[in-house]
Order: sequence, then structure tokens, then C-alpha cells
Amino acid sequence: MEQDLFSAILFATVVAGTPLIIVALGELVTERAGVLNLGAEGMMAIGAIVAFAVAHHAGNPWIGAAAGMMAGMAMSWLFAFLSLTLMANQVASGLALAIFGVGLAAFVGKPYEAVSLPAVPPLALPGLSSLPLVGHGLFQQQPIVYLSWLLFAAITYFLYRSRAGLVLRAVGESPASAHAIGYPVIRIRYLATLFGGALAGLGGAFLSVFHTPLWVDGMIAGRGWIALALVVFATWRPWRVMIGAYLFGGVMVSQLFLQGSGIQVNVPQQFLSALPYLATVVVLVLISRNALSIRLNFPASLGQPFRPDT
Amino acid sequence: MVRNDADAPALRLELRGISKIYPGVVANDHVDLRVAAGEIHAVIGENGAGKSTLMKIIYGVTPPSDGEIIWEGHPIEVDSPAEARALGIGMVFQHFSLFETLTVTENVALALPEARDMPALAARIAEVSQRYGLPVDPRAHVHALSVGERQRVEIIRCLLQNPRLLIMDEPTSVLTPQAAQKLFETLRQLAAEGCSILYISHKLDEIRELCHHATVMRGGRVSGVCIPREESNHTLAAMMIGRDLPVGDHPPVEQIGEVRLRLDGLSLAADDPFGTDLRDIHLDIRGGEIVGIAGVSGNGQRELQQALSGETPIDDKSPVQILGVEAGRLNAAARRRLGMACVPEDRLGCGAVPAMSLSENAVLTGADTLGLVRKGFVSKRRATEFADQCIASYDVKCSGPEAAAKSLSGGNLQKYIVGREILQEPKLLVVAQPTWGVDVGAAAFLRQAIIDLRNRGSAILVISEELDELFELCDRIAVMAEGRISPARPATEFSMEEIGVWMAGLWPGADTSAARAASEKAAA
Repeated sequence: MEQDLFSAILFATVVAGTPLIIVALGELVTERAGVLNLGAEGMMAIGAIVAFAVAHHAGNPWIGAAAGMMAGMAMSWLFAFLSLTLMANQVASGLALAIFGVGLAAFVGKPYEAVSLPAVPPLALPGLSSLPLVGHGLFQQQPIVYLSWLLFAAITYFLYRSRAGLVLRAVGESPASAHAIGYPVIRIRYLATLFGGALAGLGGAFLSVFHTPLWVDGMIAGRGWIALALVVFATWRPWRVMIGAYLFGGVMVSQLFLQGSGIQVNVPQQFLSALPYLATVVVLVLISRNALSIRLNFPASLGQPFRPDT
Repeated sequence: MVRNDADAPALRLELRGISKIYPGVVANDHVDLRVAAGEIHAVIGENGAGKSTLMKIIYGVTPPSDGEIIWEGHPIEVDSPAEARALGIGMVFQHFSLFETLTVTENVALALPEARDMPALAARIAEVSQRYGLPVDPRAHVHALSVGERQRVEIIRCLLQNPRLLIMDEPTSVLTPQAAQKLFETLRQLAAEGCSILYISHKLDEIRELCHHATVMRGGRVSGVCIPREESNHTLAAMMIGRDLPVGDHPPVEQIGEVRLRLDGLSLAADDPFGTDLRDIHLDIRGGEIVGIAGVSGNGQRELQQALSGETPIDDKSPVQILGVEAGRLNAAARRRLGMACVPEDRLGCGAVPAMSLSENAVLTGADTLGLVRKGFVSKRRATEFADQCIASYDVKCSGPEAAAKSLSGGNLQKYIVGREILQEPKLLVVAQPTWGVDVGAAAFLRQAIIDLRNRGSAILVISEELDELFELCDRIAVMAEGRISPARPATEFSMEEIGVWMAGLWPGADTSAARAASEKAAA
């Protein structure tokens, strides 16, 4: 029985953490190039509704997910055009994008509120899924969960082992120097922003097509903002994003189980609901107190516009 | 014009009639420049003479408005630094274009598009650093390197691209005299191998020692081409500024007063992880004397200045004593009220608020001492009068007291800020880099103003990286290395060589890592 409970909590934790990981990894790549895109919430909402609508009409969740990514990318392109080409303030443009995206998604999504999609069956990894204790929780998941692990590995490799990742980090640290030695700063920042937008769209699609196959206005429920905060508290390092996202998901799920279990606890329910946020912030602050490691990983040009000399 | 190509050495680079016009400013006005293969060619001029713009044009950072660039006999257009590098033009920037959070190898790799194999690249870096006497560890992170080492990384990065023209922008401003000599050896070796070098500087001694030819610029135009060895500093300076250098008047100390600033074992951990911790600083400055602090940048001078001004809080009150008051815990305003004034090195940001007018900037430090604020209200009239006084007595070129601080050129703003502080007749003045980025004429004026203040009995601390300036200004000089300070000695007892040794952290009794390494070596 206890094993079943553990397995259920593990399963739900991984599900809750996955959209955060996907969106936060995308944002991490964007921010490592020095672009602060605060519009994750809006990009996720648009990604969710577009993915849902396309999956509904095409009858295929994967076409829907691809459409969600395209939609997230289109939103981030809008942001990139405003902040990189027209040099608008990144914070203001990002906030506008978040509000605009949530509102537009609600508007576009009106006709789909009564629609539901067939659930996508989980993919059990042969062998691994029959492991005791963790098999069900980790390896009988939606394919997108495995995709998030691949993304983590690929992005870590890209940032720290590939030449392109080196260039990206260089642009984020000092765009003026990168320009002086001949890198196309604006183009690299565009690509990083589009990548972040695509992953935000995918994160939204995961929620509306795979996780709960239905569309409800407000279903993103602040996950975009949490992903943004995760990137900062994880000091721009992918493995810490993973830890933070699962920690958040884990505490969130545990307190839901606790509240639903009928066990009497002498703490207000509101405190329990706030616990995931508190726990994530406290843990990530504790592991990221080293000023040198922040300085080494912080993209120094974050949020600052760059205009090449003419 | 017909050139006799048989006699003249082959020209590596020729500029014909290069002009660069920015809105409202002509930065370069029909500049001609000829650099032969294997030649070390100096470009000298005051700030704003157009040297940097010209280099940016050659390196493809910015396009010229008019004129022709001829590279090894062919007219070219350089649209980007990448193209310039492909042609064989390398540049070492004055403000380094390195990435602090990356390693040396990664920094070099970024400039070499074909470099994929990091271990092989690290080996090449080691080889080049060996060959040209530029020791540096390929695996080190740049933020942990000294300024001199960073410059070596920049030079190595250029050399790995096999340049045929190397542009060096003010390379020795961050080096000890000994390190500068080593750099010259490297440059001579490069030139002997056929690489041309464009050497930008305003240090005339260096140029006379190192360079084969010099092109002198003034106000965006070429004001002369000469062989620097055949000129004197005086004639070169006259070509640079168009008139004779003003001669400073520096009488010896007449009457030494009481101790106005005492640093008694000041230690302070740096806030910035890339900063320098101050360790056990002892220094006394008396009224009527100017004490200088020399040192290679990044050895704690900035931290010391901020600890003195009150920008960085100190937990203990006794290590900083200003005019007899234990002032360690006092903030900047309280220290000013004691009679101290400060001119920080960063004039646009710390010294003045860029978007505010000169009269408003006057209120910022003169509020209490000059009564520009009464009962919480700013007296606009008094502020304007005081700003007018600064402008008039320090010959600040601006549109008036309502001009925004950022609209002034660097030199004029510095004159205004120094004027603002000195006119408040401080009993103690701390001034960092008084003439950084200021043209020769204005620099001489500012130095004289500081000396005059001393003659009126003030105690003055000057922090500078320009040794010439310290020798000209100071009665006593102390040296900082690794956050520690040497004893202060009369400037007349120092030789250039000796101060260079001290700047490397090797004064008698020093507790620096360099000194420990030297004593271990001696013991072994």
C-alpha cells in the first residue's frame, strides 16, 4: 500500500514537473543569450490552445504538439522583433506578451471549452517500467516526459560542450565583445528567443493535449511565471532547473495527497498550498548562495539591448 | 603620384583620404596612413583626435564615410571584424574583448572559427605563449587573471590567427614598466618576422623607443608624419596639441600639517567575487602633502577608494580616521561633512548623474558644505551661481549650468567635477585617476589645480595608474599589490625601475604571493 502511494506520488511529481522543465529549459537558453523574455505564461497559453485546437481538428496529438510549438515560436518572434529589432524594453515587451498571450488564448479558446480529446496512452519503456518502486512512476509516462529528459541532456551538451553553445554563452555575457570578434549577436539572440518560444509552446501543449486533454481558460495557472523564477533560482544551470522543477512538483503533489487523504493536520490549508513555492525558493536559494558561482553563470548582458556600432 | 616600388618596402596597408562623419562630428577628416611590412607604426594624438575611430574603420567595426583602404596593393572594403581577421588584421583592444566567465582556451576558440578540438587548441596556445614569451595558463578562467595576463590572452588570440597587421590600442596603460618592456620585445620579434604593427598610444617615451614611424593626429586630421626617434617629447607633444605643453609649478612641501587621514589596519573583503580584498592597509596623510598610490589596476585601488569615500560600509570605526574622527562606520555624506571630498574614477555614474544638469550635480556634493540646500529646499539661485563659478574658473566648455552632465566631453566633465570638489576647499581630497581620458592640456591644468590645493594646506590622496602623473604630482608614493599597500616613500627617492618592482608586489617586507614566491626561490 505504501509502495503504491509512493509510486503514485512519484508519477504525479514527474507529470507536474515536466511542463516546468520544458519551459524553463527554453527560457534558460534564451536568457543565456542575454534576452529576458518574461512572456512565458502567454506563450504557454497560446501553445496550449493552438495545440489543442489542431489536435482536435487533425485528430492527432503530435500534429497538435508541433502546432503548439510553432505558435509559441510565433509569439516569441513577435517579442524578438519588438525587443531585438525595434529595441523596445525587454521587460515591458515580455510582460505585454504574457498578458496578450493569456487573453488571446482565452478568446481563441472559447469554442473549444466543451470539447475533449481522447487521452494519449502512456508509453511504458520496456524493461525499465517493471522496475520495483520507481518503474511505474518514472517509466510509464507520456512520451513527452521522456522527451523532456532528452531535451535536458541535449541542452546541457549544447551549452557546455558544443561550439555553438560557447558562442551563445559569449553573446549573453558580453554582446559587445562577441560583436567585436565577429559574431552576429542579433541573429543569435533571435534564434535563442525562438527556441525558448518553441519550448514554451511545447510546455503549453503538454498541459492541454497530454496531461489533461481538455482546454479550460486559465489552465496555465501561473506555470509560466514559476518556470521563469526557476531559471533565476537555478542560477542558469540546467541540472538545477531539473531539481527545482521536480522539487516544486513533488511538494505540490505531496500536499495535495495530504489534503485529500483526510489526515488531520494542524496547519491552515492555505499554508499547505503555499508550501511548494516556499520550499522551491528556500532550497534553490540555499544551493545558489555562492556569489562566485552566480557570477560565473549569470548572463551579464541579460535584459540589456544591444545595438551594433555603425 | 608614381611610387618607386623597388626602393620602398612593400606597403602592407595604405589609407587614402579616409573620412568618417557622425551626425554633428567629423571624427576623421581625409586621413592618410601608410604602414610598411614589418613596420611598427605609431598613431598618436589626444583623446578625441580620431585615433580610435580610424582603428575601428580598419578593423571593420564601422564603415568609413569616404576614402579608400588599400591592403597589400588591392583596394578593399572591410565590412566586419570577421572579414578583417580573414584578411590578416588582428586587434588588441584597450578595453579587452574577453569573456570573463570562460576559460582562456574558450576565449581563444571563439575567435578561431575553425578550432574545434579544445585540447589541440590548448597545446597551440601553450606553444605560442612559449615562443613569444607570453606566459598564460590555457585552462584558467579569465576572471581570475590579472590585467596583464588578460592582455597576453588577447595578444595570443590575435597571433593564432597569423595576422599580418596587428593593431594595439593603448597596450601599456595596464602594465608595469617591466611588463611593458617585455611586451616591446614581443612586438619587435613580431615585426622582425614581417608582421606590421599599428601602435596607438599617448605615451611619448614608449613611442620614441619602439616605433619606426609615427602618424600624429589632431582634431580628426593628420597633423604630421615623423620618425619618432628623431623627435623629442616636446616636439611630438607640440604636434599633438598644436601648442607647447604647459609647464607645471610644483614647489617642494613647505609646511607639513597634522595627520588628516589615517588608515590603521584597514581590511575589507570585496563584495564583488571578482574584486580584490583589502588587507591590512596602513597609511598616514598630512595636511600640505600629496600622497600617490601606484599599482597595476585591479590590485585593490578601486576598493580602497570606495572604502575611503564611504561607498562601501565598514563594520569597524577605527581603521579609517578622517581629521581625527574615527569614521569607519560613517557614510559618504557624513564623511563629507567632516571636510573630505572625493573624485571617483568613474565620472559618469559615480561622479555625476548623467541626465542631470551641471547645477543639479553641484547640489549633490555641495548641499551641506556650501549651503545649497536650506531647510530641505534647494536654492536654485545659489546652485546656479556655484555651477557658474566652477565653469568659469575651471574653463569648462559647455552650454551653461543647465547643460546635462552627459552632454560634456570626458575632459570637460572631469574639469567640472574636480572644480566642484576643490572649490568647496576640502581639508582632505581623495581623487582617483584625475586625468584618465583627459587631453594633455586639460590634464596639466587639473594637476596644477590639485597642487594649488595642497599649497593651501589640504591633504590629498591621488590614486592613479599613470606613473608619470604620480611622479609629477606627488610628494610621497605608496604602491598597492594584491590588496596590500607598501610603505609610502618620497617620490624623489623612487626610480622607475624600483617602483615597477614594487608594483609586482616585491617591496621590502611585502607579504604578497609574489614576495613569498621570490623568497622560496631564494631559499631553494
